[in-house]
Amino acid sequence: MAKQHISFKLNGQQVDALVEPRELLVHTLREQLSQTGTHIGCETSHCGVCTVDLNGDSVKSCTILAVQANGGDVLTVEGLADAEGLHAVQEAFIQEHGLQCGFCTPGMLVRAHRFLQENPDPTEEEIRWGMSGNLCRCTGYQNIIKAVKSAAQKLQQA
Amino acid sequence: MIPGEFEYHAASSVDDAIRLMSAHEDAKILAGGHSLLPMMKLRFAEPAHLIDINGLSELKGIQLDGDTIRIGAMTTENELIASEILQQHCPLLVDAAKLVADPQVRNKGTIGGDVAHGDPGNDHPAVMLALDAEFVIRGAGGERVQAANGFFLGTYWNALEEGELLTEIRVPVSKSGTGYGYNKLKRKTGDYATAASPVMLSLDGDVCRDIRIGLTNVAPMAIRAEAAEDLLRGQVITEALIEQAAEQVMAACEPAEDLRGDIEYKTHMAAEMARRSIRDALARARS
Repeated sequence: MAKQHISFKLNGQQVDALVEPRELLVHTLREQLSQTGTHIGCETSHCGVCTVDLNGDSVKSCTILAVQANGGDVLTVEGLADAEGLHAVQEAFIQEHGLQCGFCTPGMLVRAHRFLQENPDPTEEEIRWGMSGNLCRCTGYQNIIKAVKSAAQKLQQA
Repeated sequence: MIPGEFEYHAASSVDDAIRLMSAHEDAKILAGGHSLLPMMKLRFAEPAHLIDINGLSELKGIQLDGDTIRIGAMTTENELIASEILQQHCPLLVDAAKLVADPQVRNKGTIGGDVAHGDPGNDHPAVMLALDAEFVIRGAGGERVQAANGFFLGTYWNALEEGELLTEIRVPVSKSGTGYGYNKLKRKTGDYATAASPVMLSLDGDVCRDIRIGLTNVAPMAIRAEAAEDLLRGQVITEALIEQAAEQVMAACEPAEDLRGDIEYKTHMAAEMARRSIRDALARARS
């Protein structure tokens, strides 16, 4: 099958790739663009480890074709930190022990980052609903909820 | 897991999508893709052509048009939830959308895709039956309007003809004296319903003027519990009558046994979801 040229913004930089139509966005990110922060878990859009932002919305990149990102704007976990250091959600996950094995963490961070833009001052229940597309098999979620709450407070003060 | 090979076409308009469908045999429409792409990964679907309609802004948006709400088929679940028009005039649809999948999937999943896909676990079909919705369908021969009641014919089988595209969903504005209920049992966020039941009901004083009871995932397609509706219509609804209606709901169910439960369990859960939705609808219609 003929490959197609796609071009999109990845963490602020314009990138190009040649992809088969059937190639999934997560594979382009990891294998062609060497951005391996975005993980592959269930591959059936349940677990959320492959969560990225596409045009300002959280999506599961295992269930988006790479050609659908053409002309778009993608944010992965690699785009959260800047020259000044880690993003507030990353700091909060460290402070509140929001991770153990770390496999789900990139998806959690990217989702938490977007969720706090959608809802900057959430209740615990709203955090649980907003983060419900991301599974964690270690923490029991308590510390993840605390981390998102703590990041919300820090971002509100900023 | 990656899908099999296919040729990708990004449609530039609805007419273009229809032209592409008639030009290519074995083509599938790509809406949100969160049912189709997983099926393609598993080779349950192997279309030779995918026609992507995600770029078509003419298929998006929610408009109030007199007594009717017009919803573009590519409106996402999260756009349904955020819609003030729906919150005010059709809250059943908002409550149902909140229980579809998870936040990320709701950014991609569309009402039209959910209606047209054909999995009995999809949530909107039974909601469409309860709302007495209409579907605007376009094909090479022009446009037609089809009632939701009669649209769902079986698993992956509906009244869409070859080469036709669902473009708009029309639902009536909920009037005063009407109430709705929506209850869905699922094992976890992101799972299909073990059973779900949307109910719309209207009262004339204390008497039930009309009622529609939808059922999700307990038959080859979304169905209405018509015998239960007949029992309640024209009556003052009491707990005893709800119990009799629940018996009729169970008689209407023919679920498939799977990991969500056996036939007996699912049948009883369908009845319980219907009981709760009837009670909720009654309370809202009275308030």
